[in-house]
Amino acid sequence: MSALVVDGLTVAFGRFRALDALSLAVDPGEVRAVIGPNGAGKTTLLDVISGITKPVSGRVMLGDRLDLTRISEAAIARAGVRRKFQKPSVFPALTVRENLAIGCGPELAPGLRAERIAAVLGEVGLNPRAAVPAGALAHGEKQWLEIGMVLAAEPRLLLLDEPVAGLSDAETRRTAELIGRLRRPDRAILVIEHDMGFVEAIADKVTVLHEGRTLYEGGMRGAREDARVIEVFLGR
Amino acid sequence: MSGAVQTGLAASARVRRAPRDPLIAVLVGLCLAAAIGLVLGRPAPYLVNAVGQLAAFAILAVSLDLIWGYLGILSLGHGLFFAIGGYVCAMHLLAHGTVVTGTLPDFVQFMSWKGLPAYWAGLEHAPYALLLALGLAGLVAFLFGLVAFRSRVNGVYFSIISQALVYVAMLLMYRNDTGLGGNNGMTGFPLLFGWPMGSAGAVTGLAVAALLALAAVLAGTRLLVGSALGRRMLACRDDETRLRTLGYATTRLKLQVWCLSAMIAALAGILYVPQVGIINPRVLAPDLSIEIAVWVAIGGMGRLGGAVIGAVLVNALKFWLSAAMPEAWPFLLSGLVLLVVLVLPNGLLDLAGLRLRPTWARGAR
Repeated sequence: MSALVVDGLTVAFGRFRALDALSLAVDPGEVRAVIGPNGAGKTTLLDVISGITKPVSGRVMLGDRLDLTRISEAAIARAGVRRKFQKPSVFPALTVRENLAIGCGPELAPGLRAERIAAVLGEVGLNPRAAVPAGALAHGEKQWLEIGMVLAAEPRLLLLDEPVAGLSDAETRRTAELIGRLRRPDRAILVIEHDMGFVEAIADKVTVLHEGRTLYEGGMRGAREDARVIEVFLGR
Repeated sequence: MSGAVQTGLAASARVRRAPRDPLIAVLVGLCLAAAIGLVLGRPAPYLVNAVGQLAAFAILAVSLDLIWGYLGILSLGHGLFFAIGGYVCAMHLLAHGTVVTGTLPDFVQFMSWKGLPAYWAGLEHAPYALLLALGLAGLVAFLFGLVAFRSRVNGVYFSIISQALVYVAMLLMYRNDTGLGGNNGMTGFPLLFGWPMGSAGAVTGLAVAALLALAAVLAGTRLLVGSALGRRMLACRDDETRLRTLGYATTRLKLQVWCLSAMIAALAGILYVPQVGIINPRVLAPDLSIEIAVWVAIGGMGRLGGAVIGAVLVNALKFWLSAAMPEAWPFLLSGLVLLVVLVLPNGLLDLAGLRLRPTWARGAR
């Protein structure tokens, strides 16, 4: 059974097809990277999975029962899907700890919350900043806080939209290590990224998107050697 | 209103334990001190009445700040909920007066009706009238909010629609056939809980009730915004999509706070109308609703206390100017708005250096 199956997904904005009958499947425990040139439909794919955009046709199955295209964003989140946005989306008026408390989700019993928050603070290395308002954090810290917020709910499907954009090399390495630690047999991780070195470090498989369709799927090494991929993306 | 008094005292005891916002504790203390002062000091009735009206306006401002400052929803139609409270209160006073004196209200005689309309039944009982006023405001807010929030009407679109709603309500109430006094509204309230309206006892009682209600509303809303729900409100204000994709039903959150805000505004209307002795469709004029937002902006939004300071200062100035030189008022109000927008983006609280823990972008600048 796949953790996530995208089946014949089409999203149209006017006459432009952001996704064109796209299909892909991600296994439980897998880290999948989605790469592709700007406008290939990467973020649109995450928008559909997280419920922000509704497709014209096609399905997104979580496990083998739940069609995510039919339920609200909040219901999708409650089913165990969490997304880290491209632009660090934290709540600036709340402290790091308060952000993580909200990240635990509405359903976690308050008694378990403190423990979960402490674990996540340690995981993302923000312990010394726990009482600082998120609006006062540096860019890299915001990225990490948002990863912490989506981790706090212990998601079974984690969507990461450019988690290392704007980070230094050292921060990128730490993020790659963190994602390595997030792997679990019951968790699938879908990452969108432009940084090829980062993708190679973390992903089991890559899916190369081009104009809303799959151009290539397989190992990163294979992608580097694929003539079509080189032409539309890597070669430029 | 004795219920409001009790909650006021209980809630103010709790607010003293909240160490983070001394401004609220100071304002609650001032309300209680002023209430005691009015009872013991017996100042001139016009002054007592002015204090009571200011307290009612302050409650109205807090109701708007709750959803604007903390949830980012700017209502330009809050006069609607204020008016619902006011109209139901006026109906109660007239129904009660009719029962006691046996004389029908002027507007009923003017319409040549034989008695009060059937739907006024029971309104002579104050607890029922109070429940009806709050319930009706909550219901109207619920229906409007449900449609607007479910359709994801946000920002300026929500503001415009809320303004349209209050305007429609004004047109409705201007019709004589609507049956609530039409153009002239309702006035000539004879009695308040058995006291002749306008007697020193009634005036002081109303002002004290308004002050205690303000203290209770301040303490209660402060507890709310300091709770986990309050943190979700700030999260929703700053990034609703983010909050929703973390599993929170933001429509329900907004609807809850929106209805609460409407009921607080109705409470302000209930307290206001017996103090001025009249209600007419003017309270539904769009410019009054905009003015509420101006009080909040001038005082400092997102701080509850700022709303109180803005409402009190602007209206005290208005009371004074409308006697001294009424023609200057629009210019002064516009000037204040410009001053705040250009110089004091967080309102007068900036000026006073009272921003001990600003709730928006804390430490971000």
